[in-house]
Amino acid sequence: MTRIFVPKDAAALAVGANQVAASIAAEVRARVLPVEIVRTGSRGMFFLEPLIEVETAHGRIGYGPVSASDIASLFDSGLMSGGAHALRIGKPEEHPFLSGQTRLTFAHCGIIDPLSLADYAAHGGWKGLARAIEIGPSAIVAEVTKSGLRGRGGAGFPTGIKWKTVADTSADRKYVACNADEGDSGTFADRMIMEGDPFALIEGMTICGIGVGATKGYVYCRSEYPHAGKTFSEALRIAREAGYLGPNIQGSGFTFELELRMGAGAYICGEETSMLESLEGKRGIVRAKPPLPAHKGLFARPTVVNNVLSLVAVPTVLDRGAEFYAGFGFGRSRGTMPIQIAGNVRYGGLYETGFGLTLGEIVDSIGGGTLSGRPVRAVQCGGPLGAYFPRSLFDTPYDYEAFSACDGLVGHGGLVVFDDTVDMARMARFAMEFCAIESCGKCTPCRIGATRGVEVIDRVLAGVKTAENMVLLEDLCNTMKFGSLCALGGFVPYPVMSAVRHFREDFAPRALAAAESRALAAAE
Amino acid sequence: MPEAFAWDAERAKQIIAEHAGLEGPMLPILHALQEEFGCVAAAAVSLIAEALNLTRAEVHGVVTFYHDFRREPCAPHILQICRAEACQSMGSEDLAAAVLAKLGVGWHGTTRDGELTVEPVYCLGLCATSPSALLDGEPLGRLNLDKITEALEEARAA
Repeated sequence: MTRIFVPKDAAALAVGANQVAASIAAEVRARVLPVEIVRTGSRGMFFLEPLIEVETAHGRIGYGPVSASDIASLFDSGLMSGGAHALRIGKPEEHPFLSGQTRLTFAHCGIIDPLSLADYAAHGGWKGLARAIEIGPSAIVAEVTKSGLRGRGGAGFPTGIKWKTVADTSADRKYVACNADEGDSGTFADRMIMEGDPFALIEGMTICGIGVGATKGYVYCRSEYPHAGKTFSEALRIAREAGYLGPNIQGSGFTFELELRMGAGAYICGEETSMLESLEGKRGIVRAKPPLPAHKGLFARPTVVNNVLSLVAVPTVLDRGAEFYAGFGFGRSRGTMPIQIAGNVRYGGLYETGFGLTLGEIVDSIGGGTLSGRPVRAVQCGGPLGAYFPRSLFDTPYDYEAFSACDGLVGHGGLVVFDDTVDMARMARFAMEFCAIESCGKCTPCRIGATRGVEVIDRVLAGVKTAENMVLLEDLCNTMKFGSLCALGGFVPYPVMSAVRHFREDFAPRALAAAESRALAAAE
Repeated sequence: MPEAFAWDAERAKQIIAEHAGLEGPMLPILHALQEEFGCVAAAAVSLIAEALNLTRAEVHGVVTFYHDFRREPCAPHILQICRAEACQSMGSEDLAAAVLAKLGVGWHGTTRDGELTVEPVYCLGLCATSPSALLDGEPLGRLNLDKITEALEEARAA
């Protein structure tokens, strides 16, 4: 039996992976071949999707990007034994995009059948959990602290310290809440894990539960990810039936239950306290801190709130040891970061590496510049609340401290590349518009400031008192930055002000004419 | 997409009761009701309030806070076009303008034949295969006007 692997990651489906799988099945029937089609997650090389792989005596051989109409010619060229074809890329792990990566968090993604416990175990799954059970709660927390792991959701807070706070707080019950409300444009790492390696998240959360003494966990997944929700809830059922969740996990005496909850289209619920409100069944209104969620979180109980990527790094930390994980990285940014290269980029996808590459290396060398072939003009780093970097900052090393030194944000690891046709005043306006749409409304600087921000930029672009309104815009940004309750209103000034600072020429009234004529041309 | 069924108070009560035992049951209840009836109707608000011992105002507040929950059913087909930055870098705003113009609707609008609703969405996590959209929950990437038109025709024919 020859195994052919076809991704069912949503991004692969978006470019025809299901049609490819159907075409392979039809071809296999017609040619009466002994083939098993295995649906996997994605390797993260989206420029090659749909990327299919065939298992041969010499390892897995990849072909991509494949369309349904290529399948017959692939079989004619000897697909079954990895035969030559224009779409053949060789062994995926030897592809330049993958060979330079350090895959710890994404070690299994795109390789295993995401819903096969046997596959997961055969690739080193559950070893972190086994060691966690062996060493016990306080040693688990110590190990995570020693690894230097920092929250991969955006804020970069040391994970071990958060866990210790929850572990040291006594309560009748405690929770682990996983933030899978991955709303930042340019990011898809959480989605890839939930679709491609869901047991790793279950394992990481279970280890966390044992470490801090929590018996219940929730995964809050955004509703824009229906496929991730479906795969993860199936994985929960399988793990529960196999005794990896529930009372007395694997005979250890520890109890941990896990439930999936779907969000409902509110970006703000990616903010941790808003997410907790939403899990409790309320409007996703941000809470004032303190109290910290680690002291009073979900249902007023001590709660670890961690991002998917932080929790998925945990099994590796436990299995291979804190020193191993801390051995990767740069300065105070330890371990690996799954960088997501997106937008107008030639080689878009997931690139997991130790911190410390420069932004220019990531965008130009790894990403290969723009897909349009035009010069790169700006890169937005860290989602809709992150700064736009011009080429002059491309020597900035990719780590938390270096980015924040130039008013930037690593955030959740997203990079969105723009070519020289981008209108940065429009992007600044969009940042304000998005904030106005998504504001929870609790604090004034965000609720009203965002709407006023759109208006001020409109006046600038219309040529109404341009100089005065540019001063007003900066003043408004400072009010939002220092006066907002959470990172939505507090950080939206970063994309806006970085656009003003680095691309001021776009804020001339003539930019409006160019943008409007483009929009008009497109509408016709 | 789920088909919108006629309102059935008994069925709604049953759905609410099935989820009422959860911790924080509100969102699971709202999702389940919308799945069943195509929207969260005004009549459902009182039933939820009663079952969860909340005021109608509190339930109304939750329903209206989240973009997903509809007060009325949408068309049988729904196209959600991504408007976030990664898709914008690949020309999604021009593409969306062209799609809307072709369909003769604005954002949140339904085509004259009542078959299709078009909604904006802010990121689908398909940012390396932009521009992207969801059509009846199925992802579409590397879009252009021809591809969207073809997908819409297929969906309507199905």
